[in-house]
Amino acid sequence: MSEHQTAVQEQTAPAKTVMFEIQRQDTPESAPYMESFEVPYKANMNVISALMEIRRNPVNAKGEKTTPINWDMNCLEEVCGACSMVINGRPRQSCTALVDQLTQPIKLEPMRTFPVVRDLVVDREGMFDSLKKIKAWIPIDGTYDLGEGPRMPERKRQWAYELSKCMTCGVCLEACPNVNDQTNFMGPFAISQVRLFNTHPTGAQNKDERLSALMTDGGLGECGNSQNCVVACPKGIPLTTSIAAMNRATTVQMFKNFFGSDHMVD
Amino acid sequence: MVRESEFYWRRLHSLLGIIPIGLFVTQHLIINHFATRGAESFNTAAHFIENLPFIYFLEWFVIYIPLMFHAFYGVYLAFTSKNNVQRYGTFRNWMFMLQRVTGVFLVIFIAWHIYETRIQKMFGAEVNYDMMAEIFANPFMIVFYALGILAATFHLANGVWSFLVTWGLAQSPRSQKIVTYVTLGIFVILSVIGMRALFAFA
Repeated sequence: MSEHQTAVQEQTAPAKTVMFEIQRQDTPESAPYMESFEVPYKANMNVISALMEIRRNPVNAKGEKTTPINWDMNCLEEVCGACSMVINGRPRQSCTALVDQLTQPIKLEPMRTFPVVRDLVVDREGMFDSLKKIKAWIPIDGTYDLGEGPRMPERKRQWAYELSKCMTCGVCLEACPNVNDQTNFMGPFAISQVRLFNTHPTGAQNKDERLSALMTDGGLGECGNSQNCVVACPKGIPLTTSIAAMNRATTVQMFKNFFGSDHMVD
Repeated sequence: MVRESEFYWRRLHSLLGIIPIGLFVTQHLIINHFATRGAESFNTAAHFIENLPFIYFLEWFVIYIPLMFHAFYGVYLAFTSKNNVQRYGTFRNWMFMLQRVTGVFLVIFIAWHIYETRIQKMFGAEVNYDMMAEIFANPFMIVFYALGILAATFHLANGVWSFLVTWGLAQSPRSQKIVTYVTLGIFVILSVIGMRALFAFA
């Protein structure tokens, strides 16, 4: 078969399209409904480029004109976590969801563990409140120059770096059976963040405060060990190992808090 | 108030499941196993237990109070989880769901079991080999008790796994995997002991 013949065949074949079924919701309180879309196929397209195509030409599969779909996005390279949604039943980032690798019709839903703002946009503010609660930072400010902190062993830095890949995307909360409207569980990500900041030699100077935060409402106690989080995490963070490590640390902290100890941060 | 101290209630729930409830269940299944050596052997063992000193104290503090806390708090936990094995059909997620299903079933089974034995004893019945043989004259009861025993051994074995994780003893993925195999062994062994006793009565 010559190259010329191939070119002719491509022209006569009907234009390839991609089918989408998208769950929509107009306001935070209104009822969700499904709408189907047929989007012209382009090589290497991802879910976001398809959503952009629908935005450019907001016509559903029945040919009716509709409103463009709302969704969140930012970095487009799976490091910000903003574009997370439920794609074909699994929570993940839509920027790295390649159309060629998905079964059609591609079903898009918002992560309903979070309050839905509109269509695929959810409000993840609760996660940032959790980070404040567990003090997910390293306090280095003082009234004078505190100088250099203690040195961190390189091999420790390497595994801590894995924990630092967390982008607060919310996928682990969506996957967890114990994060729902009947519990206050802050989710696996926050527990792993405590481990990260307690590992840092300067951060460790406040480790008892972070552990105590994990031992209150919505903390470690709510984990039921279904271990979905570690399967779902797009960054491959060893969340269940972090949870077990913090279980051990809080076991020790619990006794220190109860009996009193001179070794709160060592 | 309860919410604020959830962490401690959860730890207590986990601990009580092993000590004393898990130990009691193991002991109970082993005593039952005397039935395989005949009615007299079982009755001797049952009477020995019945005549232990401080039996009322032991019953309340080793069995009823921890069991009631574990059961009622466990039901609360079971009904505040939103199972999603359709989305994540992993082994651990199934164990998570089955732990809750067996737990709720065990509340029903144990309530019935206590009514049929301990409460009947309070009304003057004698708990012995004949009592159990009479219960198992009904084939439905054999199935109900078999399910009850299997649910209990599963719930205990899987509970040992989650106890070791919850208290931070099994931390690395490898240690958690090894514990999975060990608890699988506990499940099989206790189930065989339980089933042998059951069919000795039936």
